[in-house]
Amino acid sequence: MFATLQDRLAATFKNLRGKGKLTDADIDATAREIRVALLEADVALPVVKDFIEAVRARARGVEVHQALNPAQQIIKIVNDELIEILGGETRRLRFAKNPPSVIMLAGLQGSGKTTLAGKLAHWLRAQGHQPVLVAADLQRPNAVTQLQVVGERAGVPVFAPEPGNGVGNPVDVARRAIEHAKQKMYDVVIVDTAGRLGIDQALMQQAADIRDAVNPDETLFVVDAMVGQDAVNTAQAFLDGVGFDGVVLTKLDGDARGGAALSVAKVTGRQVMFASAGEKLDEFDTFHPDRMASRILGMGDVLTLIEQAEKAFDKDQAEEMAGKFGRGEDFTFEDFLAQMESVRKMGSMSKLLGMLPGMGQMREQIENIDEREIDRVTAIIKSMTPAERRDHKILNGSRRSRIARGSGSTVTDVNGLVERFVEAQKMMRQLAAGGGMPGMPGIPGMGRGGKKSKGKAQARQAAAKKGGKSRSGNPAKRAQQQALAARQPGDGAPLDLPEDFELPAELKNLLPPGQR
Amino acid sequence: MDPFTLIVIVIALVVVAAVVGSVTLLGGRRRKSSLPAAPPQDLPTLQDVPGGGVEVLEPETAAPETAEPTLDRPEAPATRLARLRGRLSRSQGIGRGLLSLLSRDKLDESTWEEVEDTLLTADVGVGPTQELVARLRARVNGLDDRTPDGLRTLLREELLALIGPDTDRSLTTHADGRPAVVLVVGVNGTGKTTTVGKLARVLVAEDRSVLLGAADTFRAAAADQLTTWGVRVGAPTVRGPEAGDPASVAFDAVQQGIDGGYDVVLLDTAGRLQNKVGLMDELGKIKRVVEKHGPVDEVLLVLDATTGQNGMVQARVFSEVVDVTGIVLTKLDGTAKGGIVVAVQRELGVPVKLIGLGEGPDDLAPFDPEAFVDALIEG
Repeated sequence: MFATLQDRLAATFKNLRGKGKLTDADIDATAREIRVALLEADVALPVVKDFIEAVRARARGVEVHQALNPAQQIIKIVNDELIEILGGETRRLRFAKNPPSVIMLAGLQGSGKTTLAGKLAHWLRAQGHQPVLVAADLQRPNAVTQLQVVGERAGVPVFAPEPGNGVGNPVDVARRAIEHAKQKMYDVVIVDTAGRLGIDQALMQQAADIRDAVNPDETLFVVDAMVGQDAVNTAQAFLDGVGFDGVVLTKLDGDARGGAALSVAKVTGRQVMFASAGEKLDEFDTFHPDRMASRILGMGDVLTLIEQAEKAFDKDQAEEMAGKFGRGEDFTFEDFLAQMESVRKMGSMSKLLGMLPGMGQMREQIENIDEREIDRVTAIIKSMTPAERRDHKILNGSRRSRIARGSGSTVTDVNGLVERFVEAQKMMRQLAAGGGMPGMPGIPGMGRGGKKSKGKAQARQAAAKKGGKSRSGNPAKRAQQQALAARQPGDGAPLDLPEDFELPAELKNLLPPGQR
Repeated sequence: MDPFTLIVIVIALVVVAAVVGSVTLLGGRRRKSSLPAAPPQDLPTLQDVPGGGVEVLEPETAAPETAEPTLDRPEAPATRLARLRGRLSRSQGIGRGLLSLLSRDKLDESTWEEVEDTLLTADVGVGPTQELVARLRARVNGLDDRTPDGLRTLLREELLALIGPDTDRSLTTHADGRPAVVLVVGVNGTGKTTTVGKLARVLVAEDRSVLLGAADTFRAAAADQLTTWGVRVGAPTVRGPEAGDPASVAFDAVQQGIDGGYDVVLLDTAGRLQNKVGLMDELGKIKRVVEKHGPVDEVLLVLDATTGQNGMVQARVFSEVVDVTGIVLTKLDGTAKGGIVVAVQRELGVPVKLIGLGEGPDDLAPFDPEAFVDALIEG
């Protein structure tokens, strides 16, 4: 049910390799998969239908690229199309010629307007503006207080003449706010309005009145990334009721695919301008259509992964680790422990692995990962002496039984860990020796690699139930290696990489051009 | 970050996955073999509620001559759904739309596709939709003649089956010799604080004494918001310092609930996205700490009706962490249909217990599947 589009298409195309052109039949076969994938990402149904038509038109008769198999080809078309709808032309916030510029926020209840107001103010202030927040949500209990607290945190003044909780007239507050801003020389006014339903006539009228009173330079529609099929109705209702110039997508730090972004952009023709991810004031950024496209398609979100990694891995540590690979030094339990701790800081294993492209094939395994296992493994390693951590070869029976007792596990657990560790070590050594892809099968299309690295230890256990699965990846792998080979002459490998060490195509495509 | 560092990270990730991940398999097996021992541990906590004090939230007798004259007098829950029925019809469409589709002269492929579309646009999800369509198809084709009444009954049955009419939807708000503890959880912006406030009113309408615990120490002014709700119905609020430890606030609230002889303690927690490990751990801690006083009687997950397929993930993760016992579906008065609860209920067996149908303080109603489906079909 949670398979990504890539996995679905790979399955559809199993029998279609080696064709010269994408035929109508091929495209039809994929249309349904694309439909399901988009629906599961919460893209609204009418949008899905249009979208599929567009993809169909574009895919018809396309030459099958040598470097890409049909599934990848379709994915590429879908991805491009997504970026096109999401992206359009990027535009910046419009500011009024005569300050103050007015930004009005509107949206459903709980979409995150008040929090966003604070973030926006913080962001504008960092850019040298003098924003003021206006508490025009007089409805929700203590929304005014919340905005005041948010304003305080952001270091931005808040204009809140009315106590809220049902007292006061928001239209009047908004009007007075403009005067206030002129008087105090604020150059941006951010009006936080109450959440309202699209079908609530009275409240929509009120929103329109606020709009007329302040005549905003930008009206932003705030929508939460988790919203489902209703996104289109709501967006349309707001467009008709108040009208808006841009969309802000919030709660992107969740794991919703965020198909709503596509629905809203497509239905209203308004652009998603900002992405808000997180509860801290600085977790706010302009919107990246390409990242969103990958996210909707479940293609892994490598950039987010990198960002998280940047927070968790300290630079020296990463460099040291990199140095170790380069020198071909042995990978020890100590290194592993450090790695594990850094990975842990980045979040849950299953989530992180899920962000890697192509991991879909092992989704089931990923979902079964028990996060606490990291604690158990840590306990075992921490029960080793420093000497043992540096050299696992000295681990004899008596040491192992001591470790088991020390960590509250069994000797079997310790044995298992050591065994898998040795496998991992071998993998690292091969990699360091310049074995590149074969040694580190993980690199092209992490899915297969991951399976293999995990696989070795697991193969024995899993062989019975998995059967031929390990073989099934082969044709795809071959295709991918060809793809890489085809690419290699073109894009010179990054400078400090060992020879024939390549980023997987998916990763590479996601990196900004300068860094490829 | 340069590509090489990226590779290092990817490798680190894969290595950790390799070593840790496959331990999981072993671990999984081990746990499986010890599984028979596990369930008995769980069951008592559910059934041990002393006196089996379960009360349906729609008491026919509820005479809300509540509180002091200065305070609001919340409406009794029994009458609520009837009043709010009209609101639901805004989000009808599912039932009526299906009915009109099925009554067509000819039922061809495109009609069935429209049936499917109707369900999909209600956020029911691809899996459950296909299943329902298949069932409807089989049954409708089996009908001798498609009279409107026949179809209506059939559709009603199927929709009811989808919602699950026979699950226990009562709220456990009675516990012997101690206050019943209700923990309210959910992602950001679904309406947890509002739900706690409204739920307090429901309980006050039933003449129960209620204590609120503001364990949302994170969001700006969340505690104030809750206090405002509490003051309206005369329910005191226990709050801690801003950015304090929510578990300690929750603990104190229950402690005060016991000392003050309250009937129910409602705990509001901060919104948290289910993929934030740290925050979910914090939630687990809140529950564990509160359980030092005694079992938590209800864990209500607040889901927003506009939520799409992510709602399933939310329900699953929250259930893993705090063992959700019921769902509150909010914002049903909009155009969103909240179809995601169908999937949630099917997969996790967690029933919808309350629905939020508006901004008004008394717009929270107990969920009655039959009345709900009738409202859907008749509009």
